[in-house]
Amino acid sequence: MALSEKRIQELKQIAKGIRKDIIDITGWAGGAHIGGGMSMVDIMVLLYWELAKVDPKNPDWEDRDRVILSKGHAGVGYAPVLARKGYFQFELLKNFNKFMSPFGMHLDGCKVKGVDVSTGSLGHGLPIGVGLALGARLQKKPWITYCILGDGECNEGSVWEAAMAASHFKLTNLISFVDRNRLMIDGGTEEVMALEPFADKWRAFGFHVIECDGHDFAALDNAIGQARAHTAGPCLIMANTVKGKGVDFMEGDVKWHYGGLSTDLVAKAKESVDRM
Amino acid sequence: MSEGLTWTVYDANTMTQAEIYGEVLCKLGELDDKIVGLSADLANSTKIGKFGKKFPDRFFNVGIAEQNLFGVASGLAKSGLTPFVSTMAVFTAMRAAEQVRTDICYQNLNVKIIATHAGASFGQAGTTHHCTEDLAIMRSFANMTVIVPADGIEMALCVRECVERPGPVYIRIGRGFEPTYYEDEDYGFKIGKAVTIKDGTDITLICCGITVLQAAEAAKILEENDGLSVRVLNMHTIKPLDEIAVMKAVLETRRIVTFEEHNILGGLGSAVAEVIAKSGKGCAFETVGIPDCFCVVGYPEDLYTHYGLDTDGVVSKVRDVMKIEFEEDEDWEDEV
Ligand SMILES: Cc1ncc(C[n+]2csc(CCOP(=O)(O)OP(=O)(O)O)c2C)c(N)n1
Repeated sequence: MALSEKRIQELKQIAKGIRKDIIDITGWAGGAHIGGGMSMVDIMVLLYWELAKVDPKNPDWEDRDRVILSKGHAGVGYAPVLARKGYFQFELLKNFNKFMSPFGMHLDGCKVKGVDVSTGSLGHGLPIGVGLALGARLQKKPWITYCILGDGECNEGSVWEAAMAASHFKLTNLISFVDRNRLMIDGGTEEVMALEPFADKWRAFGFHVIECDGHDFAALDNAIGQARAHTAGPCLIMANTVKGKGVDFMEGDVKWHYGGLSTDLVAKAKESVDRM
Repeated sequence: MSEGLTWTVYDANTMTQAEIYGEVLCKLGELDDKIVGLSADLANSTKIGKFGKKFPDRFFNVGIAEQNLFGVASGLAKSGLTPFVSTMAVFTAMRAAEQVRTDICYQNLNVKIIATHAGASFGQAGTTHHCTEDLAIMRSFANMTVIVPADGIEMALCVRECVERPGPVYIRIGRGFEPTYYEDEDYGFKIGKAVTIKDGTDITLICCGITVLQAAEAAKILEENDGLSVRVLNMHTIKPLDEIAVMKAVLETRRIVTFEEHNILGGLGSAVAEVIAKSGKGCAFETVGIPDCFCVVGYPEDLYTHYGLDTDGVVSKVRDVMKIEFEEDEDWEDEV
């Protein structure tokens, strides 16, 4: 069933809250991957508040859906989602990056509740996702595996090795997203190492590709609905996003891939989110 | 060293190791048009981007694709060029290990690798970015030269010298905020030859990279407070190891402590231990490094303190080693 207008408004408020959390954590941490954290917020909010079958009170529940943040550097955007869902106290994130903290820049499944896979080295998530999806099928488990990839990350050969396997094994219980914000570290994706025709590449690898606006809840929800209904093989949602989304002075600026925020900038950034 | 390399790194105190590397590579690029640069979406972070801006035609950013990065470098070297390749140490020594071994080392190709963010220098990033295994891995690749420069000055010297050295070279540095040890370049740097920072007769501290500065300070403290005569060797080249310097330390001080930002297994400590074992001589020996574990998260300074990779840590290890009693062999007196 499509999302109601009321629910969409609620999700938007939640997403605004998460964006402000990301700003706070970046301030506390002294620096974080804020640009790519902001661009994926709406995907993560929809997953955790609407779609993924998970239970924060029972994080190891065997039949839970699995979520893999393959673009693991965006941990600063994942941690507040898990905290606000109740996996752990938000206050603990004041310790992000700090000595002996469970929260390094890249979230670690051995240390943080709710994190299924430790990521941070790019190109590892989708192969692990293929394994989780194959494992579910073999053992007749109901879980769906969701995998969130960076667009720059798709330079890695291992992503395409996994893509080939996902379609070879006809994995319909694996739903992947590309956070298509068009930026990496050294510049735009098309300048550094061109990906286009990007959706066609995924199609050539046997994926059903659904393109949508990655900041529009209705569009994202519709895309995921289509993906779940698709029974011929794996699906990829190409979510068009803006790096730094919500903070006017960061949006689309490669400089904000990674950065720190002074108290002044924290305030300015939050004001910008308020105006969203 | 070739003619014309007479300039100095005048502002080593204000530039990070990586920045100095970028500068030096630009200068070398002017002198030698066979030099090309490569990175994998880390041109700016590793500072090889300076070379890229200056010589856009001779610089290749392959995107986030480290295996391809080292494969391409291999091909460029086979075509007769001298590639300098930079990405983080963890993605060099582990992600692309086979490309480095088979495509570069096996064929003894002229590829110079400058690996950054090594050890615990990117401690806050977590396990995926810690790199405390690279020396063990790189040291086990035949044909590879492995260098850990003490600071920016030594970085400049080894980058210059490695151009003259045929075959693959692995130069390992941190994130770049480390304090410098050397004040000028005239201390006789030579790949494969340990630098005696300070002579001594009671015990030898063998160190590399950021630990050189700490070891020099520790030696001072031990001399003043404990009356010990401490020899300090900057063993910047892990391979080929200066075995003569280690043997001299065995024979002349009979006590050795190694000190490195690496797992205590497989790196400098192991390389030195191999020489001691082969010598057949009694020698009290300890290693200071990251214990055989995955590091905790934190800013590098906190991690160095936590793992005893600082002046205090090495001072207390030296005191322990001074207490070790062992039987002197028969010709002990002749040798000392
Ligand atoms: C294997 C590997 N190589 C390099 C890096 C360093 N790195 C961290 S983030 C990043 C850029 C990622 O770009 P993208 O996937 O587009 O992420 P986003 O723009 O969404 O943040 C790079 C190169 C890494 N984490 N892992």
